[in-house]
Amino acid sequence: MSISATSAPILPGIATNGAPIPHAAPAREKVKIEGLNFFYGQNQTLKDITLSLRENQVTAFIGPSGCGKSTLLRALNRIYELYPNQRAEGRVLLDGEDILDPKQDRNVLRARIGMVFQKPTPFPMSIYENIAFGVRLYENLPRAEMNDRVEHALRGAALWTEVKDKLHASGTSLSGGQQQRLCIARTVAVKPEVILFDEPCSALDPISTSRIEELIDELSSSYTIAIVTHNMQQAARVSEHTAFMYLGELVEFGDTQAIFTAPKNKQTEQYITGRFG
Amino acid sequence: MVNIPMSAVSIGGRDLAVRRFAASDAFFRLLTRSAAYFVLTLLGGFLLTLVFGAWLALSTFGISFFTSQSWNPNPDILKFGALAPIYGTVVTSAVAMTLALPVGLGIAVFLTELCPLRLRRVIGTAIELLAGVPSIIYGMWGLFVLAPVLQNLENNYLAPAVSEIPILSTVFAGPSYGQGILTAGIILAIMVLPFIAAVSRDVFQTVPPVLKEAAFGLGATTREVVTRVVLPYSRVGVIGGAMLALGRALGETMAVTFVIGNDPKVRASLLAPGTTISSSIANEFAEAKEAMHSSALVALGLILFVITLIVLAAARLLLLRMNKQAGA
Amino acid sequence: MEPVAVRARALPARRKSANAVFQGLCYAATALGLTALCLILGSLLYNGVGGLSLRVFTEITPGPGSQGGLLNAIVGSLIMTVLGVAVGTPIGILAGTFMAEYGRYKRITPVVRFINDILLSAPSIIIGLFVYELVVVPMGGFSALAGGAALAIIVIPVVIRTTEDMLLLVPNQLREAAASIGAPRSVIIRSVCYKAAQAGIVTGVLLAVARVSGETAPLLFTALGNLNFSLRLTSPMASLPLTINQFASSAYPEWQSLAWTGALIITAAVLLLSIVARVLVSKRSSR
Repeated sequence: MSISATSAPILPGIATNGAPIPHAAPAREKVKIEGLNFFYGQNQTLKDITLSLRENQVTAFIGPSGCGKSTLLRALNRIYELYPNQRAEGRVLLDGEDILDPKQDRNVLRARIGMVFQKPTPFPMSIYENIAFGVRLYENLPRAEMNDRVEHALRGAALWTEVKDKLHASGTSLSGGQQQRLCIARTVAVKPEVILFDEPCSALDPISTSRIEELIDELSSSYTIAIVTHNMQQAARVSEHTAFMYLGELVEFGDTQAIFTAPKNKQTEQYITGRFG
Repeated sequence: MVNIPMSAVSIGGRDLAVRRFAASDAFFRLLTRSAAYFVLTLLGGFLLTLVFGAWLALSTFGISFFTSQSWNPNPDILKFGALAPIYGTVVTSAVAMTLALPVGLGIAVFLTELCPLRLRRVIGTAIELLAGVPSIIYGMWGLFVLAPVLQNLENNYLAPAVSEIPILSTVFAGPSYGQGILTAGIILAIMVLPFIAAVSRDVFQTVPPVLKEAAFGLGATTREVVTRVVLPYSRVGVIGGAMLALGRALGETMAVTFVIGNDPKVRASLLAPGTTISSSIANEFAEAKEAMHSSALVALGLILFVITLIVLAAARLLLLRMNKQAGA
Repeated sequence: MEPVAVRARALPARRKSANAVFQGLCYAATALGLTALCLILGSLLYNGVGGLSLRVFTEITPGPGSQGGLLNAIVGSLIMTVLGVAVGTPIGILAGTFMAEYGRYKRITPVVRFINDILLSAPSIIIGLFVYELVVVPMGGFSALAGGAALAIIVIPVVIRTTEDMLLLVPNQLREAAASIGAPRSVIIRSVCYKAAQAGIVTGVLLAVARVSGETAPLLFTALGNLNFSLRLTSPMASLPLTINQFASSAYPEWQSLAWTGALIITAAVLLLSIVARVLVSKRSSR
């Protein structure tokens, strides 16, 4: 799918002279969702979803409350398996392997597909331990290397300068925005390939929100990112692709620019212009 | 920041971790599940042991065990009947509940409606501390402090005062030795009082403030709000709490043993000594030489267990229903 | 006009006096409760303080009619309490963990909870009977082990209840956050849930200790009591409540005085533990 370089306005990935920069070339499919159905008990909350997340790009999911966008995200790292009566049918391929297959170890999966939640949830440990905890699960690092890893993760989350002198303070002593960046740091520390953001800014003030959006932009050069948001402007700001969902179905999926300026589906247009939701 | 895909990093390390996790998960799950099931076996063990131990006495005496007042450990006679202990247990608990329920509810109403805010925590804590005092302390206090006082009051004031009134003269007939059913009932009342007060207070606090505000707004007095709004709303919870308190009173041993007088007889007067199931067991079990004697005592224990089981189960079910109602 | 005004005035007066009586009764009830507390604690202090001396903590229980202390009783209480808590706490925490974590949505958990609540309020003398049949009879005699076992059975339901309640309070988002970086269930429970709930769980253990230190009935025919100093777990052992029981119901004034002193010590210990537990709870909720 190529993008017209001359008539289209500026997109992320398109230079001002219209020449596409590498980001704009169709990236390979990192996560391929095929015919995903999801059930809460007898209730079907996702109906036959098929789409792909492109490598090292940001895909946003928008739609009114209850449309299933969070459910979709939570199916990708199988976090729903913590609860009874929830099941997924269909295929989700990560680099070609179906991760919904029961033979796939879900703990390893979750180290490869990380998740940042709506409410910042630092563990009841020090800032250092919050990050080291995840790393220690799968790697046995000597002290010096662990220190490096922690610093690396905190830098990656733009938090290092603020906490480097109080690494042993409790994670809960930080402000809301800092806590969320701590959660991002600990997700990044285990070296995932995909990061899922479930409304990461809805509990934060506007300044923290814009810092996190900058962060997401930086992170997308190294990770494949999916973000659920109820804030359409945010989706337009940070993502290359957008999916609009309604009542458990994927209504429209395409380039962010196209979705927001020339949506193909009437429902999409109504949602974007604020007629409902 | 360069992203290293996980597949390039030590796969071996990851596989090891996965296997380690699977093992520790399975082990921990087994450990916790066994501990939970252990609770079930504990209850089962109780019932089995009690039935087993009581079998001798129950099969020998049959129904007469529940109707006879005899209690003779003499090796030549060996006749046992549970009527006196059962009577004592039931009557002391009834006296205790009659005294403690109104007072406990009164304290709960005070704490939720009348008490100045700053004092609420202090007084509430004081009442709860009363609940923590070991039961043997109550027994001692009852024996050394309360019993003599009550003996004096009962012999010199109560018995003479009601000696002409038909029913009361039998119920409060002297002479009193201080130790008796009434004293035991009063001590038990003081013991369960903090419990009833605490549970009732907690239940009263679940009444939605809007309900009370609506009533007060109509000009109702505190008394009317409590009796017509708060109590009916929290009826189930209060009853549940009262039944839990009753269960506790039925099984109480040390507080009662000191002041009941330990006389295995059923008497009409509350001022007379008697015995309860738990005090009979407490006094006699360690020295019971005859197998029949021990078995009779275990049979008493079984009866007590069944009674408290029924009361506690009913209370828990009621409270479950109340929690559902409050959540709805 | 007159009749209406009279009626309007009469009704409030009646209601007003009924209200006043009612409120008065509630005040009286509270005064009654507080008075009982003061009388009991007061006579404890009055009768027990006089006997408090170093000798109480250094000499063992005397024979009838002579002077002595409570050393063996205090030591025995400590030993059996430690035994009971050491055995009962792990079982209680593990069972509570199952009910709140692995078994949270399973049908067996409400059943276990129900049965646990029954065990929580079961008469402690029945527990004594049970342990007698289970431990004393096969062992051929009374022992501190049997006493410890009886106390453990009392500890378990208390710890289960508080552990489950505290773990249920840990928000699910915390568990999801740990799961989402690849932590398996057992690690989530141990490293995150326990840490988050630790103040509450410790409080539960403290409350169990307070409850168990004052128990007499379950020890009557398990540990039996011992007037000499003994550390042997397979022999009868003294405990403070048992000694109080024996001395208070005796006819010897020296024994009775020691009983009051012992009662004072036990009550002070129990109240102290309850207060510490309360402080822990309020520190946690204020954070």
